[in-house]
Amino acid sequence: MIYKVITKSEFRKFVSGLIRENQTIGPKLVDSDREGNPIYQFKEVNSFDEMDLDYTQADYSIKNFYLPFREELSRFDYSNSDWEQNIEYHVHPRVIVGVRACDINALTKLDKIFMKGNFPSPHYIARRKNTFLIGMDHEPLDDCFCKSLNQDVVRHGFNLYCTDIGKSYYLTINSSKAFNFLRNVKTSDPGKEDDRKYIERRKYLKKKFRTHVEVTGLPALMDIEFQSDVWKKWGDKCLNCGSCAMVCPTCYCHGVEENIEVNLKRSRKERVQYSCSIVDFAEVAGGHNFRPLKEDRLKYRFYHHYRGFAENADEQICVGCNRCGRACLAGINPRDVINDLRMESEE
Amino acid sequence: MKTDKVYKCEIINMIELTPMEKLFHLRILDPAERDLFSFRAGQFVMVEVPGFGEVPISLSSSPNNREFMELCIRKAGQTTNMLHKARIGSRVGIRGPFGTAFPMEQMVGHNLLLIAGGLGLAPLRAPIYWVTDHRSDYRDVHILYGTKEPWQMLFTYQYEEWERINHIRMLTIVEKGDENWKGNTGMITELFNDITIDPANTYAIVCGPPVMFKFVCNHMDNLGIPMNHMFVSLERRMHCGMGKCCRCMVGSTFTCVDGPVFDYWSVMNLKEAI
Ligand SMILES: Cc1cc2nc3c(=O)[nH]c(=O)nc-3n(C[C@H](O)[C@H](O)[C@H](O)COP(=O)(O)OP(=O)(O)OC[C@H]3O[C@@H](n4cnc5c(N)ncnc54)[C@H](O)[C@@H]3O)c2cc1C
Ligand code: SF4
Ligand code: SF4
Ligand code: FES
Repeated sequence: MIYKVITKSEFRKFVSGLIRENQTIGPKLVDSDREGNPIYQFKEVNSFDEMDLDYTQADYSIKNFYLPFREELSRFDYSNSDWEQNIEYHVHPRVIVGVRACDINALTKLDKIFMKGNFPSPHYIARRKNTFLIGMDHEPLDDCFCKSLNQDVVRHGFNLYCTDIGKSYYLTINSSKAFNFLRNVKTSDPGKEDDRKYIERRKYLKKKFRTHVEVTGLPALMDIEFQSDVWKKWGDKCLNCGSCAMVCPTCYCHGVEENIEVNLKRSRKERVQYSCSIVDFAEVAGGHNFRPLKEDRLKYRFYHHYRGFAENADEQICVGCNRCGRACLAGINPRDVINDLRMESEE
Repeated sequence: MKTDKVYKCEIINMIELTPMEKLFHLRILDPAERDLFSFRAGQFVMVEVPGFGEVPISLSSSPNNREFMELCIRKAGQTTNMLHKARIGSRVGIRGPFGTAFPMEQMVGHNLLLIAGGLGLAPLRAPIYWVTDHRSDYRDVHILYGTKEPWQMLFTYQYEEWERINHIRMLTIVEKGDENWKGNTGMITELFNDITIDPANTYAIVCGPPVMFKFVCNHMDNLGIPMNHMFVSLERRMHCGMGKCCRCMVGSTFTCVDGPVFDYWSVMNLKEAI
């Protein structure tokens, strides 16, 4: 890791250069909700000013730039009574600007699933390797709890990370590509004063967190409280809409679908985002459902997030952004459910 | 490795076992790919019917048979219906093999109980072939097989061979007999009354519908067979077979990569398993 300092005006020049040369995605103000709060989304941008780097939080994370809602895995071309399978990867080198720490950490968790193990996904790897990621710190919202999960700071998974120290950004450079790109603009080595400001900023951000969710011992608690009434209490409210999973930066459950094109000359095999909250997620042929009740499905989503996932059974997959809590029409959020579970076991 | 690549296969034979189940003989077309393909008893493949879907199916042939593979498929929905309509010469794809296997080496020198309910005899055929190919490695071998009704019995043409040639004792039972049925009726656990076992020196493999595991494994637990000597093959919905889609997750375990074969001790400790 190398640290540098860049003035905000020089940073603007730097990013404008990247935008000119590459497909670039950044946070944009797209609308406002009924209470007049701004709505931000990550979208393609053509100039620096289209972005609002002070955005609070985007409703959707950048997950879908790596795991599109629907993507072609392969294609079957038919001829006579035979077929050929074709696999293609479409990769555009691109830049994403202004990604928050928790969202970068969410990607690092997805990396464990889609880049490691016996069956890495070439589609995901191609997108990950060809995306230049610029992170940026921000003041947490009142309901963010990424600090509770230790996800408010980043250590890897990005090319460049910007910490706001007033007129400049304190840059954390995490790839040779970033280092090379920065040769074209003016940066300086951090001085004593920059270091002090950087540390002040980190302390300030840490203090700003309003929400704390106690997660120590949560994996064991998930096992102990497997039969708890808390699941029924919250499960009964759940609408099985899957919104929580759609906005979550780490939810990656999906389905594989095949569709024949109308001309009957080819079919496509696609990966489609899905959610374990949806009724038929675990249903098998003959109609047997391994998770028939709403509470079974709600519990499973929490179990997967907090009990541990994939190869690393001790790592929690939630990063504490609380997007799911904000998106849920039934008012279900992880903080309340976890607190209820704790009360249940500590009574 | 291209993880989405399928091996193209030709259906070289189809045998109707019951009105619901057919046995398919599939041969990988490309000889080089065929040479590369090998599997262990208990593993499964994802069978691809382009345009219709991909379904997990247990390998039901001998792991020593490198010429073709046998898959016993029940008509259960969209993709399996298409398979049942296929003809000899039709081309389907497979990915795999996937999943864990029955530890046949660990069982050497012991008595074996091979227990199946209904369609469960299909995955059980791979270990049965393994045992017949290595008969002297194992001591007493029993197959206990139960179905709801007599017409549902699979592979009836092989029982005689297993008994006389391979010295495996085969016991069958149905829940409800018909006018021709002269055998046992009742639940599969009743077959334990007809055999004597030495629990400490016995390994068991159980394949069947989810409800069966609990009863059968519980029964064997009471007989004193150690939990880590019993192996079950779990069934879940599967879409990827690669530990990615999470459709097959049980607790925090993937049935497709950590299973489908689990020992009963592990299953007991898995939330949601049975
Ligand atoms: C490890 C394993 C081994 C199996 N071995 C055999 C076998 O040897 N013979 C056999 O006849 N059947 C076997 N099955 C069950 C078989 O996979 C299902 O009957 C089949 O997937 C139904 O697919 P369908 O498209 O015809 O039905 P649909 O209901 O139309 O299924 C749609 C999709 O759901 C999924 N799905 C539905 N039911 C199941 C299910 N029970 N298990 C897993 N995925 C499902 C499939 O991925 C499929 O793409 C096995 C299942 C598993 C998990
Ligand atoms: S807080 Fe909710 S949306 Fe955010 S990572 Fe955790 S589960 Fe996903
Ligand atoms: S968003 Fe809320 S209501 Fe919808 S599935 Fe998730 S928890 Fe249930
Ligand atoms: S089938 Fe996709 S994770 Fe097991």
